[in-house]
This record gives sequence, structure tokens and C-alpha cells, in this order.
Amino acid sequence: MIERLGIVVSGSLNKGVEVRLDSSTSIEDMVEGRFVTIEGAKRRFFGMITDVSLGMTDQRLSLTPPDVSDPFIAEVLAGTSTFGTLHVSPSLVIGGGASAILEGPQPVKTIPSHFSAVKLATQEDVELVFGTEDEKRFFIGNPLDMEVKLCLNLEELVKRSNGIFGKSGTGKTFLTRILLFGMLQKSKAVNLVFDMHNEYGWAGTREGGPPVKALKQFFPSRVAVFTLDEENSRHRGVSTDGVVKIGYDEIEPEDITLLRQTLNLTDLAVEAVYQLYRKFGRSWIQDTLDLKLDEGLPEGLSVHEGTLLNLQRGLATIRRLPFIEPHSPANAVKAIMEHLDRGTNVVLEFGRYRDITAYILVANMLSRRIYAHYQSRVEKADAKGGVRPQPLVITIEEAHKFLNPIVAGQTIFGTIAREMRKFNVTLLVIDQRPSGIDSEVMSQLGTKITCLLDNEKDIDSVLAGVSGRSELKSVLAKLAAKQQALIFGHAVPMPVAFQPREYGSAQSYKDFAPQKEAEEEIEKLWD
Amino acid sequence: MAEIQRVGEVIEASTTGFTAQCYELYQMPPLGSLVKTGDSAAELYGIVCNATTASLEPGRRPIARGKDEDSEEAIYRSSPQLAKLLRSEFEVLVVGHKDGDKLYQHLPPQPARIHGFVYQCSPDELKDFGKSFDFLNIILNAHLPVPGEELVAASLRRISQAHDDQRAFLVAAGKELAILLSGNLNQLNAILGRIKL
Repeated sequence: MIERLGIVVSGSLNKGVEVRLDSSTSIEDMVEGRFVTIEGAKRRFFGMITDVSLGMTDQRLSLTPPDVSDPFIAEVLAGTSTFGTLHVSPSLVIGGGASAILEGPQPVKTIPSHFSAVKLATQEDVELVFGTEDEKRFFIGNPLDMEVKLCLNLEELVKRSNGIFGKSGTGKTFLTRILLFGMLQKSKAVNLVFDMHNEYGWAGTREGGPPVKALKQFFPSRVAVFTLDEENSRHRGVSTDGVVKIGYDEIEPEDITLLRQTLNLTDLAVEAVYQLYRKFGRSWIQDTLDLKLDEGLPEGLSVHEGTLLNLQRGLATIRRLPFIEPHSPANAVKAIMEHLDRGTNVVLEFGRYRDITAYILVANMLSRRIYAHYQSRVEKADAKGGVRPQPLVITIEEAHKFLNPIVAGQTIFGTIAREMRKFNVTLLVIDQRPSGIDSEVMSQLGTKITCLLDNEKDIDSVLAGVSGRSELKSVLAKLAAKQQALIFGHAVPMPVAFQPREYGSAQSYKDFAPQKEAEEEIEKLWD
Repeated sequence: MAEIQRVGEVIEASTTGFTAQCYELYQMPPLGSLVKTGDSAAELYGIVCNATTASLEPGRRPIARGKDEDSEEAIYRSSPQLAKLLRSEFEVLVVGHKDGDKLYQHLPPQPARIHGFVYQCSPDELKDFGKSFDFLNIILNAHLPVPGEELVAASLRRISQAHDDQRAFLVAAGKELAILLSGNLNQLNAILGRIKL
């Protein structure tokens, strides 16, 4: 039997309810973000503590405080003249009424009556809301201060684009890795990860500790690691499945458009790219770089001198990228597509080329082609009644570079984020500056997971359009700098602050890995 | 059960209280003690709220007699009539009544009867009575010859002595008072200061 914490004394649907604590409940045990249930007369409500405050019946007590050094006086006054209050925002109805039993937790449309009893949520209550680990649900962490598992329905999750946000060093990468593990285990989606910092393929870094294992070590047959920097991958001891080289002739005008900011191109230069592409065809980069201004422009081209110089400077930057070659012998896009078609997850490592130009160019190029491929396959499947391709989740880091308001309309990622699941392709956006992402794209993200953010603009952009914003804002601002996150949106019935499950110890590997591999792993550790 | 102690006899009664005279001079029950009167069908419970010792005849005031005596006892020894010419009385505030087995902490339908015997309550009765704190409200709202906080404190101290966990009883009572006196902090502080152990 869970003891009563207190009773509802006032409140409103919009602002949440005030709960007066019983004298037996210590206010210091009440933590923001904890789950409580409220036993209304007809329904049971499920909510979260969003504020804790102190109250007193007589304001004179604050002016002439009683002698609390006397334990008797202190004990008498606690809970009577002085008391604690909780602010609880009820978010779900979890019992009472036929619909709640049949359809599970329902969003709240009313509030509990006066003096309804408030209790801490039990394990069963939380499981009722967040589900238990099963075929489709994946355990991602524990709600703060609770020993209960928070499970996500990953099939639901991958139906929409999602975002992971947080300042640098707050655990975005660990969280992403856990989610990727989950998708590999529990969803039918196939992943394409643009791994800017070489974290997800073979091994990832950990602050102040040995490297942690990444996807390929657990699922060798289901994960293919491609690299742009073969030498670097070899140094790190990563067995790669392919090297990506990009030929000049594979770069199209749209790829340059996205690089406008990074390459410092003028608007006119970007316009000129299309003209040059029409004129020279696939070899346009080489031909443009070969143009000599003093020899005059070929017939049919009207590009201003300064514009051409600007463009040539920009293209030269691209040419200097070591993985760009005049002609690429193998078609990397095709190889990656084949893997994805077979249901193999692909991690593309960037090795030393962490330059943002390289990342944007490669990610955009590949995604555009893959998206086009998916689009045609889905359209074909729909027309002929065939099988739609497996859902694809593209993971991108530094997302604000692709999805900022200036380029979001032009890049493929903007399109994927907006058109979402029509073609079975969704995004997993990872970013530390969510305010830099186009608000239209942000609004389309289904589920958002955010670690600590402290910039006001970033917080506002992440929480834009969520109900109970001000409460969530205070929860978000109080997250610990590490290993705590707030999740809200499509895949969870209500916002919840949680601690991601442990990752990196032998026991955690055992929990993550398929059973047999885990046992071998433990054996190895003992040897 | 301890022997029930008879402490006096009702000589004046109203709905809210009664006055009883002691059989022996100075043998009145202490301030704040719980007493009862009436028969088993309708028992009245009250709290001793005042006591007086005065001359039997209102017109004849006692005079000082000890000028040539060594001690106070010697005065009474040399004038044995004194014990008969003076009388001790105590006033009781009615705070509850028993109807059959059930104890109610509110005013009884009928006042006490004149010449009804007044008994001091046993520890078991005190314990039973202390299960509810409704009587505190009656005391706080009554017009009393002594300050209300004094009487509340005295009665709680006496009832608490019958409880095994004296402190828990006083804390519970204190909490009840904190609610009753939420608008009167000074009174609350005065009572709490008088009942703490």
C-alpha cells in the first residue's frame, strides 16, 4: 500500500493542480519530475511533479519564525501551520471509465476533484503508461529517481523524424548509440548513420575511460561500416566494408547550393552553377575549374567575372577534399544502397575529414540519391501493389548546418523532415544548437529527446508548441549536466525526464547484446 | 481499573458547566483534570477550569489568625471550626458526554443534576477521552475565569500523563491546535510553550 502524499487543494486544467502535502510527507523527498497518481472520484490521473513550494497558514510566521530548535515545536508546526505544496500537471487518465481500460492511458481533459488523494506512482502505474520491455518496446532508461523501466515503442518512433538535442558533452552520442541499438534490435527500420566523429561504427570514445563498443561489435552481420578515410580507419583497427570515394562527375548543382554558406559563395555564383551544369554536363566541375578568364568564356555562358572567381575558389575547396577524385572507380552510392536494400545498417565514418564541408557534401549527396531511390521504389510498390522498402532512418549530426532556415528549403533533409514517412525515410537529427534549425522542420519532428540546454533560444525552439511548456522548461533547465534527458512527443504518452540506461560496462554490454554473444563476451573478460 | 475517586458534589449547574463543592477543605482536583458526573445512562465529562476556597457565608470574610502561631498548620489545629466554616469549590467546563457506550465531545442535551457526585476520571478514561481533540475547540471558545490557553495546556498535560507515548499525544494535540489557531499565532505559541516536555 502506497501512502498518501497529500491532497489536491486547487488547480486548473491549463495550469495543473496544487497538492498540499500531509504532515507525514517530507517535502525534501519530493523531487521535480517524479510521477504521481491522483485518485479522483471517477478517474485516476497520472501526472508529474513540476514544482515544489513552501506554504504557511499565517504570514506572521515568516516575520516571527517560531523556535524550531525545539523539536516539539518544529514537529507540531510541520504540516499544519507550515506545509509543503506540490504543483502537479496531470497528463493522462489511467483508470476509471471503460475507454481508459480498453484504450489505455488517455490524455487529460479534466482535473481531479477537490481533496483527491495524491500518491507516488507505483511500478504498475508507470508500466501502464510507458509499457514494458517486449518485442517492440526498447528499454532506454529509468525515469528520474525511480527504479522503473522507461520503454519506447521503436516501431512507432521510426515512423516520424526525431531529434536528439543537448549541449556538447551532455551525452547525446551515448543516447544516440542506445537508440540505434534499439532500432537494430526492435524495429524493422534500417539505419544510415553519417558518423562525423567515428562514434557509432566500431568503437566510440568515452570521457575519462576506455573506448566503448559500438554497433558493429555487437551486430557484425547486420552493420556495414563505410569510410571516407581508409587510412584512419585502419589505424583505429576498424574493419571496414567499403571505402567511399566521390567523383567530380557525381556532384550535382544541388550539392553546391547547400554548401553556399560553408564555401562562402555568392547567390550569383550558386545561380551560375546551374548554367555551367547545363553547358558542361557531368564534367562541369573540372571544366569550370579549367576556365581561364583571360581566354574568354565559351559561347552561351553569361557569368560575371567576379562570380566565376568566387565559384572557382569554392570548387577548389571541394577539390582539395582527399576523398574527391576526378573519376571514382566504384559507385559508392550504389554500394551503400545495396547494403541498405539487403537490410544491412550502414555507418559512414568520416575519419579525419571532420571538416563541415566534407560532411555536408557527402551527407547531402548520398541522402539525395538514396531518397530518390526510395521514392521511386515506394511509388512503384504502391502502383503495382508490391512490397514497400524497409523504413530507413538517416542519422545526421550537426543538423543545424543542413536544416537552418536558409537552406532547409533546398536540402534533401528539409524535404525528408517535412514529408516524413510518405516514402519510408525519416531522420534522426542530432544537434547542439536546436535554435539554428528551421522552425518548420522542428515542428515536424515526432519525438524529441533533449539533454541539458542552457541557451534560452535553444530551449524555446526545442519546446516550441509543446503543451505545458513552462513546466517542461523548468524540468529541462534542472537536468544534470550528464546522463539525464527529457523525452517528449509522438513516441511517449507524456513528457518524462529520465536517466539513459547504462552503457559501457561489461554488464551493460551483456544486456544489450544478443544472448550468445554476450556470454562469449563475459568469458573473454574473465580470461 | 483504579478505584474511582469521588471529589465533590454538584451545587450549581448549567448547560455549559457546573460548580461542585469538595467534601474536605482544599481537596479539589487539579486545574485541567477531567472529571465526570451523572449516572451510567448519561455521564457528563468536564474539565476543572477554576477553583475557589471561601467562607461559607458570603458576608463573613475570614480574618487573619496566625499572629501568635508558629506554623500554618497550628492555626487550623487551634481553631478546628475553621475546616467547617470554609469551603472549597471548583468550577467545571462541560466538554462532553457519554450516551450509552459512545463518547461525544460536544455539549450534553441536559445539564448536570444538583447533588450529583463528581468523580475524577481514571487513566483508562483519560486515554479514551484523548482519542479525539474536539474538546479543544470548546475550551478555546468558552468564557472562562482563567485564560483559555492555560486551561488547554493544563488539560493536555494531564491527559497526556495517562498515555504511554506522552510526546506523540502532545504532538498530535499540538497539530490540532495549530489548525484551530491558524489565525492566532501568539495563542498557539503560548500553548505550545506550556505543553512541551
